[in-house]
Parts: sequence; C-alpha cells; structure tokens
Amino acid sequence: MEKEKCEQCGHLNPYGTRLCQSCGNPLDEKDKKATVLDMRYEGTARRSQTYNKTIIDKIWNFFSSVKVGVWIIILVLSASALGTLFPQEMYIPGGVTPSDYYREEYGIAGQIYYELGFHNLYGSWWYMALVASLGISLVIASIDRVVPLYRSLKNQRVKKNEAFLKRQRFVGQVETDDQERAIAEAKEVLQQRKYKVREEDGNILAEKGRFSRWGPYVNHLGLIIFLTGALLRFFPGMYVDDSVWVREGETKVVPGTDGEYFIKNERFLMELYDENDEKYGEAMERTGEPVVENFQTDAVLYQRKDAGTVGTEPELEVWKEDEIRVNHPLRFNNFGLYQSDYKLNELSKMAFTLDSRETGESIGNLEIDLHDPKSEYDLGDGYKVIVHSYFPNFEFNEEGEPTTISSVPDNPAFIFQIISPEHPDEGEYSFVGIRTNEDIFKENDYEMSFADVEMNHVTGLTVRKDLTLPFLITGGSIFMIGLIQGSYWSHRRIWIQKSGKKLWIAGHTNKHLHSIKQDFKVLAEKTEFEAKENEALVTNQQKE
Amino acid sequence: MDTINETFLLIAFFLYLLSTILFSVSVTGRKWRDKEGDMTGNRWGTLGFITAIAGFVFALGYFITRWVEAGRAPVSNMFEYMTFLGIALSFAFLIIYAIYKTNVLGMFTMPVVMLIIAYASIFPSEIEPLIPSLQSNWLKIHVTTTAIGQGILSIGFAAGLIYLIRTLDFTKRDKKVFWLEFIMYSLVSLAGFIVVRYLFQLLNYEAVFQYVDETGNEAELVYHLPAILGPNEGQLLTSGVMEPLIHLPSWLRSDDANTVVWSLLTGVVLYVLLRLILRKPIGGSLQPVLKGINPETIDEVSYRAIAIGFPVFTLGGLIFAMIWAQIAWTRFWGWDPKEVWALITFLFYAAYLHLRLSRGWHGEKSAWLCVIGFAIIMFNLVFVNLVIAGLHSYA
Repeated sequence: MEKEKCEQCGHLNPYGTRLCQSCGNPLDEKDKKATVLDMRYEGTARRSQTYNKTIIDKIWNFFSSVKVGVWIIILVLSASALGTLFPQEMYIPGGVTPSDYYREEYGIAGQIYYELGFHNLYGSWWYMALVASLGISLVIASIDRVVPLYRSLKNQRVKKNEAFLKRQRFVGQVETDDQERAIAEAKEVLQQRKYKVREEDGNILAEKGRFSRWGPYVNHLGLIIFLTGALLRFFPGMYVDDSVWVREGETKVVPGTDGEYFIKNERFLMELYDENDEKYGEAMERTGEPVVENFQTDAVLYQRKDAGTVGTEPELEVWKEDEIRVNHPLRFNNFGLYQSDYKLNELSKMAFTLDSRETGESIGNLEIDLHDPKSEYDLGDGYKVIVHSYFPNFEFNEEGEPTTISSVPDNPAFIFQIISPEHPDEGEYSFVGIRTNEDIFKENDYEMSFADVEMNHVTGLTVRKDLTLPFLITGGSIFMIGLIQGSYWSHRRIWIQKSGKKLWIAGHTNKHLHSIKQDFKVLAEKTEFEAKENEALVTNQQKE
Repeated sequence: MDTINETFLLIAFFLYLLSTILFSVSVTGRKWRDKEGDMTGNRWGTLGFITAIAGFVFALGYFITRWVEAGRAPVSNMFEYMTFLGIALSFAFLIIYAIYKTNVLGMFTMPVVMLIIAYASIFPSEIEPLIPSLQSNWLKIHVTTTAIGQGILSIGFAAGLIYLIRTLDFTKRDKKVFWLEFIMYSLVSLAGFIVVRYLFQLLNYEAVFQYVDETGNEAELVYHLPAILGPNEGQLLTSGVMEPLIHLPSWLRSDDANTVVWSLLTGVVLYVLLRLILRKPIGGSLQPVLKGINPETIDEVSYRAIAIGFPVFTLGGLIFAMIWAQIAWTRFWGWDPKEVWALITFLFYAAYLHLRLSRGWHGEKSAWLCVIGFAIIMFNLVFVNLVIAGLHSYA
C-alpha cells in the first residue's frame, strides 16, 4: 500500500496514519476538523483500522475491537454468575443422581438448570469457547495496538506542528523577550519533576512515565500465558487429580506414580478444641457444636527400589516422614498429598469364639482381619472354621440373595462352615453378621459367638500433581507487574515550542489528569508558562 | 465483652462520626469556603481529615489488640471481616484524600465506614476457634489484601454517587432519578435495620421456634427480631412474643428472610418520613450542598480509586486466593461461589477500565458502573456468604 506524505513536513507515513509520525500534523479529514485531537495510540496506522477486505481482515478487526472485547468480558461474567445460581455438580452430595437432585431440591427451575447443562457450566464447550475467544481477543487487540504505538513513540520528534500543539488537551501561549531563558527555566523545573527532557532546535519535549504505556500489553501477555498454562492441563502427564484411602497401619501405592511411591498411614488424628478453653469457650457455647482443631495423618512415604515385577512384594525405601495436615501437604517430586477426608472408627478386625451349644463350653478363638480374611481358621483337635462367604458391606439384593454393596467393611457378614469331630466332612453352616446369627439348613451343634471388635481410622488423601503451576505463576506475575505498571503511573508529555515571537506550550497525558495538572501548576508558579485546558474541550463539555 | 479491643473500636466509631460532622460542616458551611470552592480544603476539612486519621489509629488499636488477644489476625468471621472492611475503607479514604483533598468525599465515605462497622457488630463478636483450613499465614495475607482492595474500590462508589447527586436533574422523574433514589433507599434501609436490630438487642429480644426443616426433621430456630415470617410449621416456644403473620416453606431460610423483610420495611418507613420532611427526592435535597463541587474532579477521583484498588483487589482476591487454595484445598481454583464472584468482580472492573480508557466512558456512565461494581462487592460479601452455601460460608 502506498505511503501517505505529510503536506507540512514531507514525512512519508504508513497508509492509514492519522497524525503524521514526524510532526503530528493531522492527515485525516476528520482530525483536521477536530478541535481536540484523538491522541489514542498516537494516531498510528493500526491494521484493524486500515484494512477490511479479506476474511482474515474481518476476523482480525472483530477481535481487535475493544467493544467486542468488553462484550466478551460481559458474556463470561454473566455466564459465570449463572453457574452460581444452584450448586455445580461437583458440590452436590455424593450418592444421588444429579437429575433427581436438582429436580427435588430446586423444583422446575432446578430441572431446567440441569437439562441445559448448567450443573456443569464451567466445563461446558460454550463456556470454554467464550474464555478462548477472550484469549484470542487479548492477543489480537494487543498486537494491533502495541506494534504501531511502540514504533510511533520510539520515533517521535521533538518539534511538532502547530496544528498538533494547539489541538492538545492542555495548551498555552507565552510572549516573552527572552525565549531562551524562559525555556531553560521550564526545562529545569520539568527536570526537577523527573521529566526526561529532549531538545531540538531550542524546542523541548519533556516526557515522563512512558513505560506505563506498555502496562496493558504486559498484563495482557501475562493473561495469555496464564490461559495457555491452564490449557496445558489437558495434556497427558501434566495433571494428576486422584485420591487414596489409607487405613491406619496400611501401606498403599500412590496413584499416578506408576507404582513407584507408596504411602503408609501410621496414625490418623482428629483433634477437637477444648470446650472449656478460656479464649474460645464463649463462642463454642453459643454454637453448641464441637469444633475441629486438627486433621492429621502421620505418614511415611516410600519409594520402590526394585523393578516392580508383578506379584512380588515391593522392596521399599523410606523417602520421607511427615505429618500431613490441612494447609500442610506432603510434597515429593512435583506431587502433593493433601489431607482431604477421613473416616473414623471403621471396623478392622472381628473376634469370635466357637462354642458348643450343648455344654456352653468354648472350643477356641479366632480373629478375622476384615480386610484380608483367611480362607480357614484351624482351631486344633479336629475343629476348623472355614470362611465360606464374606460380605464386607452386606445386604440382600433384589432376588433376596446375600450380597455386598462395597468392599468396605461397614456391615460385615459371613457364612461360616464349621468343621467339628461330630461333623468332619460337610460341617455345619451358619450365617453371622452384625446382630444376626442364624443357622443354615438345620439346627447346629456349634455356634460362632461374637467376642470383640477392633476399629481404626481411615485417612482420605488427595493426590495432586500439577505441572502447569510454573506457567500460571509466571503468567500471574507478569500480569500483576503489567497491571501495576499501567495503573500507578501515567505517561505525560509537555511540549514547548518557538513560533515566531510566541512560545507554545502543550501537554498530553494518557490518564490521571490530576498529575499533569499538578505539573502545570508548579510550572505556572515558577515560570511564565501557563497551560489551560483546551477551551474548545471545555465548551464541548458544557454543551453536553 | 468489654475488652480493650472493643473500647478502641467504639472510640474509633465516634471519631468517624465526628469526622463525618466536620466534613459536612466543611462542605455545607459557606462562610469558610475560599474562592475556588471547597476543593482546596478549608480548616473544617483539615480537622475532619485529622479526626479521620485519629479514628483510623484507634481502629488499628482495635485490630492489634484483638490480634494479640486471639493470637491470630482478626479476619476470620463476619464480625471481624466486616469491621476490617470498614477500617480498610477509611484507610482507602485517607489515601485518596491525600491525593485529591476533596472534603465532600469524607462527607460521604465516613458515614459508610460507620454503617459497615455498625453492621459488623450485629454478628457475634466472640473470638472463635479456627477450623483447620483457616489455620494458615495466608489467612491474614489474602483477607487483608482483599479487604483493602475492596475498600479502595468502594471509594470509587462513593465518588460516583457524589457525581450522580451533583449532576442528575432531579426536577424530572425519570429512570435515573428512580435508581439513584433506590440507592439512597438501600442505604437508609441498612441504617434502619441496624437501629432496629440494636433496639431489640437492648431489649434482649428472643423468640425460639420449633419447626420442621428441609430434611423433614424437627429443629429449633432463634429469632432476634419479632417474626413477621415464621419457619415451616413453626411452633413458638417462647411466650409473650409476636406470632408470625406468615409461615414460609422449608427451603427458605426463614430467619434470614424475616431479617430482610424487617430491613425493607424500616427502610420504607424511614424513606417515606425523609421524603415527607424534605418534600423532594433525597438526592435532590443533597444536590444544592454539592453545588461547589467540580464534577470533572469527582469523576476523576472515582476513576482513580478504581485504578488504585483494582490491582490490590486482584492481588488479594484472586492471586493470593489461588495460592492459598492450592495449599489448603489442593487446587488453585474450584468454582466455589465466592471464587466465582471474586472473578466476576474482577471482570466487571476490567470491563469498566476498558470502557473508560478505550471507549471514553466518563462522567455519568462511569459513575453508574461504579455503583454496580459496589453492588457486586456487597453481594459477594453478604449474599454469597450467608445465603449461597459454599466453602467460604462462615459466621
């Protein structure tokens, strides 16, 4: 595309430029008529404002628009709010069917919510698409602006066209006999106020805080890195979200580590605050409920040393001993083990005695490990108890047959086959569970009596690996730096220029008018230069 | 109850009250105004500022003594958080006042500080034990930064409100005037509710109900205000108190709903009274007082507060929040309602900044956005905490 030649200074500007890069002269018809220049992006030629022919131009222009960007923000915002109307699926109680839950709890509205998929809103394709378009908008809008803006600010000349100066937000004219002295004084004041002053043919451009102009682009870059980092989670190996239940005394493989690490629960603790505590007593009396002070698993982490052949006992080496508490995970090798759940007093062992019904005499004892029952217990003298069937969490199924809901011994039941000298071959069958003890087939001579039970605690640990965190931390930090850079500083420029017998003074700031007003105030106090808000602008505002 | 920290807070409260009065005198008292209006600060304004600083110092005294007494930063339940938010708001005011020296901002911010602190004291104020997930250094870092961020953003609201009262045409009865009056009504309701609640607290009012809860079980519920709305199949166990007019279904929290009805009703009564006395909209009667204020300056104050507060809020409410969530809850983000509403606040102010800086939304549009932003913050604070149950539900 051909260049645009400035009619004032002859500089060749890229096609689409609105203010001459060299002297600031308005090139566009609209800007020529304007009383105050639109200084946004320095009037540079932005791709989005220049081309609109091909489909790529159109997509580029769509996403580079701030208006579109704000609409996307509003859409993400509204969608996010919608997702808090009723709880998301991950927060509803376990063990219920979601469709029933939403209908029963929230009625017809809940049903519609569920049908529309809002119970999983943040994982829905359209929510992801919205966030993705926000990301695209960030990339395109930033590139569209930052490149020409950078070029323009880098190449800006000190000497500007009068048409440019008198159309600034702050302008003033001074008549003085000694122009050089006046300019030198102004220069000193501005330098005291930390302005960088450049001179060209005795004219001045004082500039301060230009780096704040890059703030928005730096923070957008940070956001893009952050969003990309969040996307990386979907690559295999980047993210592990698993959990493991470990009973006291038990050692279990840590899921997600390919059988390399094992975790042992030495002890699980749940501590409550003392109700008679001086400090908290009053508060606890009001609520009347016990408050947990600590959940803790005393854990040992092992690493497997051998090759890990299937079926062989693993050879383990202690890697770390730690107390896993809420807010204090056990960390190893990019993994974290977090205290996230528990179960108190789970049945672990049951002890029985074998008694003769006739004499009431006890023949022998046996203790059954509910997690690993033996197939038979030999009591000697021809007495033997065979575990025919074991139901850790017993119930009758629809056909009326005994079955188990899970492998957790919440409601253990057994069918025992009791071998005795009287019944050496077939033995006698009995069904024993919690609060049940029935003979099967016929009345037995011997019975199993419940003697004792042992319980222990189970800890629920979340296993987490998240290799995306470094990206998120980098993105987040860059975002914060950019945000602070753009928010807490402003880019201010003051031009002082000779024009025959008069001196022009003009000023521009991209934000925080108050700061540049202060500068002009000091300048007016200490020198002859006085710049007022552009009268045209003031009258315009009054009309509004 | 009357420990040293509460004495400090009480002194701070009265200093804020004094500061409100001094700032009001500085704005309304024409005699002391210099040529350029009130923006350059007269003696009453300076006194108001000094009193506000003194109030802040005593509030800090409350914060430190309570920290020592509790052995941890006092920011863990509704009472402590709300109080801290009030203090943060006064701190934010001090910063903005130091830059812009606008007395009228004090006249509007100091009463809001008082309202927030008074509202906080409705919640139980005993020192509560911390549950395991709150036992972390991130509690103080995350919560204080967030509160300071919200405090600074709220200054944007106060300035936006001043802008609207200053510039709206109250001779018309249009939508704008309606919504402005709605804001005034909301503030009056909050004040009215606090007063009513205090009165019944002084009388030691308590009504205990036996009712059937949402799971179909019998439970008890204590009301601290007379029950206009009673619980599902509620039976009064206390004698000599008002019988409820209506019984609510079980899925509504009837004591909260009752509180809301009380606030709305007191609000209506107070608002109607005010209108009868003033004989014009509240905003309209405040307008003459604000005549000397330059709308452009107050517009910039509101923007500046948001430009300062936005990074602080983002740091505390999102970034520190994510770091802590990763440690305590195993993941940095979990779409908990409170998290989502912090994100919404962030997105809303991001949209505000883009509209203002890139699309030139100054003045009135900008002021309305500041009002909406404040409404979102308050919604997240009160509604999400108390009504939508989530991981952040405390108090």
